[in-house]
Amino acid sequence: MSLQVAEDLLVRQAWEVLSTVLDPEVPALSVRDLGIVRDVLIDERGMEIILTPTYSGCPATEVIEQDVLSAIAAAGLGAARVTLRRAPAWTTDWISEDGKRKLFEYGIAPPGPVLDGGAVPIRFMARQVAAPRLICPQCKSQNTERLSAFGATACKALYRCLACKEPFEHFKPI
Amino acid sequence: MTASIQIQRTPDVQYLLRVGDTCLILGQRLAEWCGHGPVLEEDIALTNMALDLVGQARAVLTHAGKLAGPLDDQKLDEDQLAFLRDEHDFFNITMVELPGGPKDGDFAFTVLRNAMVATLLKLLWERLIDSKDLELAGIAGKAVKEARYHQQHAADWVVRLGDGTAESRRRMEAALATLWRYSEEWFQADAVDDHAHATGLGPRWADLRPTWTSEMNAILEDATLSAPKASAFRSTGKHGVHSEHMGFILATMQSLQRSFPGGVW
Repeated sequence: MSLQVAEDLLVRQAWEVLSTVLDPEVPALSVRDLGIVRDVLIDERGMEIILTPTYSGCPATEVIEQDVLSAIAAAGLGAARVTLRRAPAWTTDWISEDGKRKLFEYGIAPPGPVLDGGAVPIRFMARQVAAPRLICPQCKSQNTERLSAFGATACKALYRCLACKEPFEHFKPI
Repeated sequence: MTASIQIQRTPDVQYLLRVGDTCLILGQRLAEWCGHGPVLEEDIALTNMALDLVGQARAVLTHAGKLAGPLDDQKLDEDQLAFLRDEHDFFNITMVELPGGPKDGDFAFTVLRNAMVATLLKLLWERLIDSKDLELAGIAGKAVKEARYHQQHAADWVVRLGDGTAESRRRMEAALATLWRYSEEWFQADAVDDHAHATGLGPRWADLRPTWTSEMNAILEDATLSAPKASAFRSTGKHGVHSEHMGFILATMQSLQRSFPGGVW
């Protein structure tokens, strides 16, 4: 087996392992579904996994780094290190379609597409926010409203369904 | 007690620390609301914003630490910069150090300050995306998205309270009368800003003033409030000369690291 073939195999195995590393705060998603694994590279020092953090202050980032390294080590894929790459900034558009489906099934309304350049039009007087109509992950009704612009983690907002009366979380588009 | 560290006060270091320290100290102030918000949603909102701000501060301080060491080949890390600097080596704008928490302030003061500072930071991050300092540009690309959300949320509350009940309006007017004059400091030109502009590190803050003013006026107009007249008062936090409140906030923020040097979670 040539060196190149061996490296390709190692990279492919690493991606498979990364599919099993779950986000500690949204365990419905793997770090691959979330779109934060940007690249897996091999050099003379071993494997380099490039991660892009979701939010500046997301406390899960360090846990994810550790989980990624533990999983790679457990799979016996040799020396590995994680590098954080900030630019381009993570966007919820990088969450895979599969990931969005998993979010919905888990009970979190997935983010819609981010508007042009990520700029959200500033609307004041947003007491009844013209927020996007979300589909309730519980009963699939579209009769929902935002309860809170912020939620239990940096990436989420809180909504409620006016049909089944259940609250649910929404992964904010960013 | 752990001895304080010294930093190099070069223009680049000061420019970066103005941004990083402003995020850090406002994050610390907002964290005071944890468990004390007027309603649960706002408790969560204020601490979420604190988390974003501290995250932004961590990134900027880590970056500044590469340049700030007292010896040219010595790097300082984010914790050393946050917890082992003395007051005169912090360069945050004075407004963020003013007490406004649940014990000594009120919610109107907090949301108005958030709106004013988030508007400033949003405009700043938007420009820093084009910084010649690629690390800073990368931090800005992430932070601008967070700052936009903070601005929108805080502005909604300014409108709601300003155009609200007699009591909420009274409080918002009082907050405006106290806070507005502290924004003058931000837009005073100086050598640090000129250097950043000349080297492509970032914009002169003075250049952000027209947009900041028009965005704030739009918010205040919706809130049926108007900006107070310009004041001759000039705070000086971004030069390292702080209000009497700064020492107290540092005492709280730094006590653990000073008492248990090198302690980590």
